[in-house]
Amino acid sequence: MIYLDQAATSWPKPPEVLKAMTDVLENAGGNPGRSGHRLSIAAARIIYDTREEISRFFGVSDPLRVIFTGNATHAINLALKGILKPGDHVITSSMEHNAVMRPLRNLEKRGIRLSIVPCASNGTLDAKDIGRMVASDTRLVVMVHASNVVGTLLPVAEVAAIVHQAGALLLVDVAQTAGIIPMDMTAMGIDLLAFTGHKELQAPPGIGGLVIADHIDIAQIDPLICGGTGSRSESEEQPDDLPDKFESGTANLAGIAGLGAGLRWLKDRGIEEICAHLKTLSRMLIDGLSAFPEVKIYGTLDPARSIAVVSFTVAGRHVSEIGFRLDEEYGVLSRVGLHCAPAAHKTIGSFPEGTVRLAPGVFTTTEDIRLAIRAIGRVIRS
Amino acid sequence: MTLYGVILFHTTSSVLRVEKRLIKEGFAIRLVPTPRQFSSDCGIALRFDWNDHERITSMLGEEKVEFAAIHFLDANPV
Repeated sequence: MIYLDQAATSWPKPPEVLKAMTDVLENAGGNPGRSGHRLSIAAARIIYDTREEISRFFGVSDPLRVIFTGNATHAINLALKGILKPGDHVITSSMEHNAVMRPLRNLEKRGIRLSIVPCASNGTLDAKDIGRMVASDTRLVVMVHASNVVGTLLPVAEVAAIVHQAGALLLVDVAQTAGIIPMDMTAMGIDLLAFTGHKELQAPPGIGGLVIADHIDIAQIDPLICGGTGSRSESEEQPDDLPDKFESGTANLAGIAGLGAGLRWLKDRGIEEICAHLKTLSRMLIDGLSAFPEVKIYGTLDPARSIAVVSFTVAGRHVSEIGFRLDEEYGVLSRVGLHCAPAAHKTIGSFPEGTVRLAPGVFTTTEDIRLAIRAIGRVIRS
Repeated sequence: MTLYGVILFHTTSSVLRVEKRLIKEGFAIRLVPTPRQFSSDCGIALRFDWNDHERITSMLGEEKVEFAAIHFLDANPV
């Protein structure tokens, strides 16, 4: 089996991640921050240590500004719904996943003005187009770091400069890039960063987070969920302390332990090395697919401007048939359709049919890619 | 006989952050359940040797560490 659906979720997970998850449930299974006994403290320590590792990983100095959520979608909802108020203006790109588009459409109904900056058909965004849409009431710009459909990287640092000049905030969805591109929020000018654990951070599903830059005043962010935090229990009001203000309810301890192990595993493996490996695989995929005249590849076709996510269609054939036969006849696992990103498919011109998406990961070998391309050739020629 | 003091915090994350810092400085400290006589919070607190009281409080002040309160525990373990 050749798993080329890493952009949906990474698989397999490193054994160290699975071990950390079983270890924590066996040996540190108390409720963190609720009781004062050793199991509760052991659990709280694992969560705090992971918070520290995440803050270092993304380049913020205060670990308490790492807010754990269920996934990137949850983190994006927290940021958007916590900050935007009726009358505010928000800008996004036309390459967004529904994790961004749907909360924005929902907020639009509550009196928030939404502008969508059109991207080019290869998924690229001209930062100046954001500048042209900025107005005096622009509160926030939200954008994906790299498209989950075609892998195109968006110019985050350039957009950040424009956004900050206008006195607005920048929220970036790094679901696809965290773990494969070295990232420093401060250097990139990101005010709020939404990540998920289960993709290239190698963690299990069900854990993600919102990282709030050191200079952001948290008073301007309302919690998405209120409830028990184990702190200030005498009060029926939600506390203002970080991270408790945004983290009500018992945490996903096993997920957080897995996330910590995933980060340590990535550090050992080296993100620069992973990045270089994926560029090689991406080049192979683009070159291999380009040899078939009936195949149309979307995106920049340039591994220097994209992550290793390659989308294609075959003239006269449905993507569902290609995906099914790749799985059934050759054990090549892809994802076909709209990838929860109708706006992105409209931008690249593949709506409503969608594309076949191939996304290799850190465990994918060059031999896997060679075999996958041979399989694709056989499927499209028969 | 050791006399103890206890530092109360608003969040578990803050306790753990300060615990790490104090261990690094070589203080003999221990996490204990928050003594009920001082707070209704359900979490943990940081117990220290009362002899270190001044050094610890000045360090917390210098580093602008947020905490809820510091109490003298006497010789009670918690």
